[in-house]
Amino acid sequence: MRERVTWTPAEAAPSREAVLALQGIPPRGASPRAEGLLDRALAIHLELAEPRAIVGAITRGEFAEVYRGAGRNAPETPLECIVPRADGLALFAATVGAPLTSRIRALFAENEPALAAMLDSVASAAADRLADLLAARALAEMASGDRVRVLAYSPGYCGWHVSGQGALFAALRPEEIGVTLNASFLMEPLKSVSGVLVTAAPEVHRFAPAFPFCADCRDKPCRARMASRAA
Amino acid sequence: MGILDEIAESLERGEDQEVGALVRRALDERHAPLEVLNQGLVAGMDVVGERFRAREIFLPDVLMAARAMYAGLDLLKPLLAREGVPSAARVVLGSVHGDLHDIGKNLVGIMLRGAGFDVIDLGNDVPAARFVDIAVERGASVIGLSALLTTTMPVMKDVVELVRARGLAGRVRVIVGGAPVSEAWAREIGADAHGYDAANAVERVRALVGARA
Repeated sequence: MRERVTWTPAEAAPSREAVLALQGIPPRGASPRAEGLLDRALAIHLELAEPRAIVGAITRGEFAEVYRGAGRNAPETPLECIVPRADGLALFAATVGAPLTSRIRALFAENEPALAAMLDSVASAAADRLADLLAARALAEMASGDRVRVLAYSPGYCGWHVSGQGALFAALRPEEIGVTLNASFLMEPLKSVSGVLVTAAPEVHRFAPAFPFCADCRDKPCRARMASRAA
Repeated sequence: MGILDEIAESLERGEDQEVGALVRRALDERHAPLEVLNQGLVAGMDVVGERFRAREIFLPDVLMAARAMYAGLDLLKPLLAREGVPSAARVVLGSVHGDLHDIGKNLVGIMLRGAGFDVIDLGNDVPAARFVDIAVERGASVIGLSALLTTTMPVMKDVVELVRARGLAGRVRVIVGGAPVSEAWAREIGADAHGYDAANAVERVRALVGARA
């Protein structure tokens, strides 16, 4: 069953910390002018963001077909260990919408690079937040919410080749909410996310960061999560 | 404090309008354009670079300083050209064919311009041949390639091979960058350099052209 989800820009607004982290700024490390840029960028997000998503439950067998995709995944991947032990799976695609991307480009063209870059980070953090909101929504729907975690996994990460977007899009059809895929498996609007929401006990999501592709991964929160032994 | 120091300090604060006004005043006071460039603007950007590397300031501050740099450079460029001062090396930049991500490429372009390079930004989704054609046509000595998808990285190899096939190796250098791009990949495809972020890309380009811009 596929379902559309929409949020207000305020509901989908990213945290200041998340945006500043994308700018490489540690907590309390932003200059007053950088904080001012962030204020302006968040205001633009409130003005232009059109956050929406499409979610569809999928069986393990159906997901195996999607995951196999074009056959370009890494030989061993975390999802192959996680999915067989999952309580539930749902494909998702979410976007903050095209107007934000257009404004980012316009700001660069108008010689406003600092604001453009900050708005880009706001939009990226906002897109990531949509996946978190979908995970929280799925968790809230579970009767055993305190005994499971819902985490999102996306093509292009953790050994799931980015070409897997093709099979995911064929199964989910997010064109319905205006998210399309180009020949290089790039989503448009750019500030979009997609993948699978996996509902499972916390220990199911944990794995040692011993996969070859982890060495080059810059998604540090993911690596910390993988290495964590805490619930 | 002399006016050149004032220019440097205003630039460090990212005060682009103030930098423009101070550069005009410096020129009115008969400071040579090259002196204003090196002892005002470049001096200020050098401090910005040091503070960025020391993690005292961060990307937004660097970009605001770069914009202030442009404000001054725009006033000086015609004067420098008239005096026969050679421009810094020219760089052709773009996101490779199939890739529409351009934030990283834009940041590299901004910081290269801030460092005094002449940047020709071809935009995104640029075919391999176009990078080389434009580099030849415009006399660029560096081609900078950005890719944020593993599916678009192979185009970088196409560019490197085209540079070689057209007898340009050594005269036109190729630097690659982007989230999935590594030093190992750069070596594998025969690129001349890899930049792991915008600031590093500027340092690598400086090394490639063997000149302080």
